[in-house]
Amino acid sequence: MTTVITPYIQNRSRFTARRITNAIMLTLTGAVTLLALLPLFWIIGYVIFKGGQYINLDFITQMPKPLGVQGGGVLHAMQGTLILTMLSAIIAIPPSIIIAFYAAFRPNTLLGIVLRFSTDVLSGVPSIVIGLVGYALIVKPQGHYSGLAGSFAIAVMMLPIIIRTTEEMLKLVPNNLREGSLALGAAEWKTSLSVILPAAANGVITGIMLGIARVSGETAPLIFTTLGNERYNIGQIVQGGDSFFQTLYNIVEQPMDSLPLTLWKYAQQPFPERVNQSWAVALVLMLFVLAINIVVRLWIRSRGTHLKG
Amino acid sequence: MKVSSLSFSKWLDQRLNHGDRVWNVLMLTLSLVVPVLIILIGWQLWIDSSGAREKFGWAFLLPTADAAWNPVFGKFQAWPFIYGTLITSAVAIIIAVPVSLGIAIFLAELCPAWLREPLSWMLELLAAIPSVVYGLWGIFVFLPFVVKPFGDFLTALLGPIPVLGLFFEGPLPASGASRLAASMILAIMIIPTIAAVTRDVFLAIPQAQREASFAIGSTQWEMIWQVLIPYGLSGILGAVILGLGRALGETMAVTMVIGNSIAGSVSLLSPGYTMSSIIANEFAEAVDQLHSESLIEVGLILFVLTLLLNSLARFLVWQVARRGTEQDARS
Repeated sequence: MTTVITPYIQNRSRFTARRITNAIMLTLTGAVTLLALLPLFWIIGYVIFKGGQYINLDFITQMPKPLGVQGGGVLHAMQGTLILTMLSAIIAIPPSIIIAFYAAFRPNTLLGIVLRFSTDVLSGVPSIVIGLVGYALIVKPQGHYSGLAGSFAIAVMMLPIIIRTTEEMLKLVPNNLREGSLALGAAEWKTSLSVILPAAANGVITGIMLGIARVSGETAPLIFTTLGNERYNIGQIVQGGDSFFQTLYNIVEQPMDSLPLTLWKYAQQPFPERVNQSWAVALVLMLFVLAINIVVRLWIRSRGTHLKG
Repeated sequence: MKVSSLSFSKWLDQRLNHGDRVWNVLMLTLSLVVPVLIILIGWQLWIDSSGAREKFGWAFLLPTADAAWNPVFGKFQAWPFIYGTLITSAVAIIIAVPVSLGIAIFLAELCPAWLREPLSWMLELLAAIPSVVYGLWGIFVFLPFVVKPFGDFLTALLGPIPVLGLFFEGPLPASGASRLAASMILAIMIIPTIAAVTRDVFLAIPQAQREASFAIGSTQWEMIWQVLIPYGLSGILGAVILGLGRALGETMAVTMVIGNSIAGSVSLLSPGYTMSSIIANEFAEAVDQLHSESLIEVGLILFVLTLLLNSLARFLVWQVARRGTEQDARS
């Protein structure tokens, strides 16, 4: 008995030291977590405070005024962001979903391995490099900057995000659903598109929404592709009276602005009203991105509890 | 006529395996798009920078004391930008790794279950804030209120030390725009990435490892430090490299706070450029052929660097995941 107790008594001070180290280090992990979240509240709070002062109805319904003139808005950039986001989603979503089927159900073929690896690599390619290549491949041959070129650059950034999340969601669909469909004689494409995809639809939509939120704040790939255009106004283009397809073409085939691009330009200008407006742009942009994120999270959460119950 | 068309459609159906052949070809072709895109990006950067590569050779990217970047005289050397990218990313990693490790430990091992989800969620929101918003907040809030006092403190503290002092040589510009500012903003931006992946690595470690450590009398910290961290080391390393990759390519926030000047100084406290910020700033205005080709070559270096790092990171993370599943299968 004594042989067990004696070393414990001898080591008591060492044991105390170990316990103190334990307490300090564990407290530190909590402290750094708080420290890391501090910028989140600081940024959100400050942008709401500053942006809230300069945002008004004119700001989101009017075109920019000339430099140095008070007032005016960023209608052009909001339209641009809308067009760019929609166009890049249209370009990226259908192929990503089909690619995700390959990644989820043929993961161990050679192409499957190459595909999953290159998806990860593509998500790590710097956005500015994608902008450079977009310039070289689309802007240069066409001879002019365009929203279409920017949409392609952004679509390339969306591709890996949507493939990854869709792949995970498809894998979660119970296998007997798939087997049941195949056993009834449905072809694989029919099983994939009308059984598995609807079963995973919620997760897939979540992934798409998060992808959209992520790329809607991107600036770097747009600098050399859409360039920026303070006169971009869809209302005027539509009133131009061209045929339907010509109008659509006119909407996407010219330089345009987007909210992050406008923010970047305004923040660097010496005119105080432009800098003030850049805070308002930041507020609009941040609310847009955070709203998508929060809605999607709450939605997942309510569905999660629903499934459990 | 009707009969023959019916039998034709039946024949077609069988030939195409009820459409599955079409589906397979479609999946296969689209899946090829992703690797092809990567090759295309690399190839395009390679051919578009040919003029600059031929003219400057390796001297373009090798370290030099007095590197020139002069569009007027057509002399271009990328070392200041490579240095700027490397030093800002390295400092960002030095700041971010201990913090992220702490967060991951807290989220995976310590915090009560009800708190885990909201905290992870806030971390994701931090990653979701657009880069330009970071930049704007950086210019008007973070630089004057945090970077400036902290930088001045660092100069006073570490400036006089012989070799190390070179990196903390003052004075910090009054605006605070410097490599240090870029590093600190980058650290904030990559912490969510590193922390989230590291947390997943911790959560994937088999419970038996923890129990064994407690059974031989470790405290919780000793269990974490001596068992969990060594066990998940390659995964954590993967997370760090993933964060590094993100830091190397980050453009907008860095461009807005780094001060954009080609400084001769190596100091963290002087303004500088990174590879991505020089491209963002100059490419749209580069009229000279050689100038734009040099910028594309900078892009090529950046692309190759992130390609290598991401491949390495993925390899490490995959290895951990594979080992984790093997362990679970055995137990």
